[in-house]
Amino acid sequence: MKNNKNPHEADLRGTLISVLVVGVLIAVMWAAVYAMYVAL
Amino acid sequence: MHLHKFEKIWLIFGIAMLAVFLGIVGVQAFTQGQTPAGGLEKIDPEKVDVTAPFDDPGVHQIDDDTYEVVIKAMAYGYEPSEIKVPAGKEIIFKLTSKDVIHSFTIPNTKVNMMVVPGQINEKRYTFKEPGTFLILCNEYCGTGHHFMHTEIEVIEQ
Amino acid sequence: MILHSERGPLAGRQTSSAVAGAAAASERKLALWNIGFAYTAFLVGTFCGLIQVFMRNEMIELPAWLDYYQVLTVHGVTLALVYTTFFIYAFLITGMSKALGSFGPKVARWSWIGFFVAAGGTVWATIEILSGRASVLYTFYAPLKASGWFYVSLALLIVGTWIISFALIAHYVKWRKANAGVLSPLFAFMTISTLTMWIIACLGVVAAVVFMYIPWAFGWVETINVGLSRTLFWFFGHPLVYFWLLPAYMAWYLVIPKLVGTKVFSDSLARLSFLLFILFSIPVGLHHQLTEPGVAEFWKFLQVTLTFMVVIPTLMTAFSLFATFEISGRQKGAKGLLGWFGKLPWNDIRFTSLFIAMVFFIPGGAGGIINTSFQLNEMVHNTLWVVGHFHITVGTPVAMTFMGISFWLIPYLTGRTLTKTTKKLAFVQIISWSVGMLFMSTAQHVLGLLGAPRRTQHSNYSDHPTVLGWFDGFFSNTATLALGGIILFFSAMLLMVIVFRLWLIDPRSEEGDFYAEFPVAESDASATPMWLENWWIWIGIAVALILLAYTFPITHMIQDAPPGSKGFINW
Repeated sequence: MKNNKNPHEADLRGTLISVLVVGVLIAVMWAAVYAMYVAL
Repeated sequence: MHLHKFEKIWLIFGIAMLAVFLGIVGVQAFTQGQTPAGGLEKIDPEKVDVTAPFDDPGVHQIDDDTYEVVIKAMAYGYEPSEIKVPAGKEIIFKLTSKDVIHSFTIPNTKVNMMVVPGQINEKRYTFKEPGTFLILCNEYCGTGHHFMHTEIEVIEQ
Repeated sequence: MILHSERGPLAGRQTSSAVAGAAAASERKLALWNIGFAYTAFLVGTFCGLIQVFMRNEMIELPAWLDYYQVLTVHGVTLALVYTTFFIYAFLITGMSKALGSFGPKVARWSWIGFFVAAGGTVWATIEILSGRASVLYTFYAPLKASGWFYVSLALLIVGTWIISFALIAHYVKWRKANAGVLSPLFAFMTISTLTMWIIACLGVVAAVVFMYIPWAFGWVETINVGLSRTLFWFFGHPLVYFWLLPAYMAWYLVIPKLVGTKVFSDSLARLSFLLFILFSIPVGLHHQLTEPGVAEFWKFLQVTLTFMVVIPTLMTAFSLFATFEISGRQKGAKGLLGWFGKLPWNDIRFTSLFIAMVFFIPGGAGGIINTSFQLNEMVHNTLWVVGHFHITVGTPVAMTFMGISFWLIPYLTGRTLTKTTKKLAFVQIISWSVGMLFMSTAQHVLGLLGAPRRTQHSNYSDHPTVLGWFDGFFSNTATLALGGIILFFSAMLLMVIVFRLWLIDPRSEEGDFYAEFPVAESDASATPMWLENWWIWIGIAVALILLAYTFPITHMIQDAPPGSKGFINW
């Protein structure tokens, strides 16, 4: 299926930003607990 | 199967992030010996009191910078219940259980060990500051579980 | 390679099936029995939760015949095991009937038998716990020894789920034979993935219960190998959480796009992510045993690495979901980078509930990565952090998805409609659950980092200063935990009212009623390779990974076992 509804060509800039924000949140949480661990 | 370009970017980012997490803990664990409690030594849970090193529980100095602390856990306490160790020295905790599973946990430190009958668990830790630390059992061991605790006194060296 | 199915699978079945994509009456009845059983357990379980938060704050005392740990055990069993499992089967039974056509007489009969075996096992286990013969918590770690009948009742619960699972698999196999060369509808594919994982995972706990706990508890053998029993339990215990999660993912992949008016983002990636869960959710149980002896460090770390792999299908899922939202919003004319967010159907409770469920899974998943990060586990193991963690994984993402499913599944099954009043109640319920959980789980995470133990009745530990820190501040306060728990209990009771209304009170739905349908999105499988549905490949790889991760540690535990343990009844 190669019409303009093909999701593979869809504009997903907002999706990329959103998942990257999620990724950064995960990294921040992890880094915070890691820092606490190292400080013990 | 086709991946959207942005999904490729996201998966590369995500997998790289996981690899970094794993790399950090892996390197720290295996090059600096910062592994969680463990050990492969075993013991007869019926004969703990007469088996070394648990026939002589307590604090033993091994050399100038290392102390061994041998403790038996049982419902609902630890033996010995009075423990005094120096700050700034490496302490090797060695634990086993005389009955069910317990834990040996010192909040605000890295010491959080499962105590399993039949096995000897070991953890190395150096207290940075002197003080009186709480020791508690955080693995359910029976109706008196919440009474199972003691203290460890860390003194200036 | 044949890469396609001509018809969009679900749409195809709907036109070719005599039942026109509706679940048949007998399946509806079976699904309703499962839901009824699930919500009965939910009622009991949330009440036990309330008692616990009061006790943690010393606000009540229990009568002499009941103790904190019995209440805790009932709370865990009824909510984590019973509510989830029975609700999941209701969802899968209805969906499989809709996707593949109504059940034949054999499938129907065995599904009923499975239900009664599992329900019987559950009731029996609850009686054993409440009568004080099994205060071993729902992880039943040896050498705490419950009555032998407790372990028999647990085995019945598992066997019951296996019977229903094999009945559903038989229904699927029959469909595959009648539709050779065609990929199955996505709902059926995901159901079979979930059940495959479940059946393999249960082998661990069944082996432990049948060959170790039962002979030991009845006194046929004197001792038990404690380390081995724990490892077999966690072989099951971790995939158990994916057994809760995958049906929620099914709703996220299949129901969400329908509610926002688009199709499944990528049929092949949706299938691939479920297959990755079969592969990586099982050979990871040792990450629950990181702080204990008896397993060499190498094997712990290997399973930690495999646990990190199981994050990948969730990363894929996150992308698919956001892409679904964005595509839907842009179809509705959204502009700019994030304009699509405002175009989502926020006033549709079926959508909003699932969306909030997903949001909770972001810190839930991040916490999971922390838990499995080898030595970081020492910070959190057996502390209240872990309790906070599973309340924002199973307790909200999964449970709230099941609530969101209930809002249409119960009307679908009873032929009623979600009225405006019920819908308002549902919004209040979902929002109160979110607020309550935010308070409770945040407090639990913080208290856990401060060392407060889980599964422990309140204790002042001889007034040690560390304990004072658990009653000081806002989120670092056991009272905040209790506040959240009280709000959650209110929300749970409201949910019971909603379930009651949808079941018995709300009016009959009319033809074409938006709220009385089973919303399943179309999924275009035309670019999906057939080998994704060759189960033997995936089961083969899963078995290979399990052998890689477990052969050495388990062989070591058996061959180099310490003398076993006698049983203890510490209650």
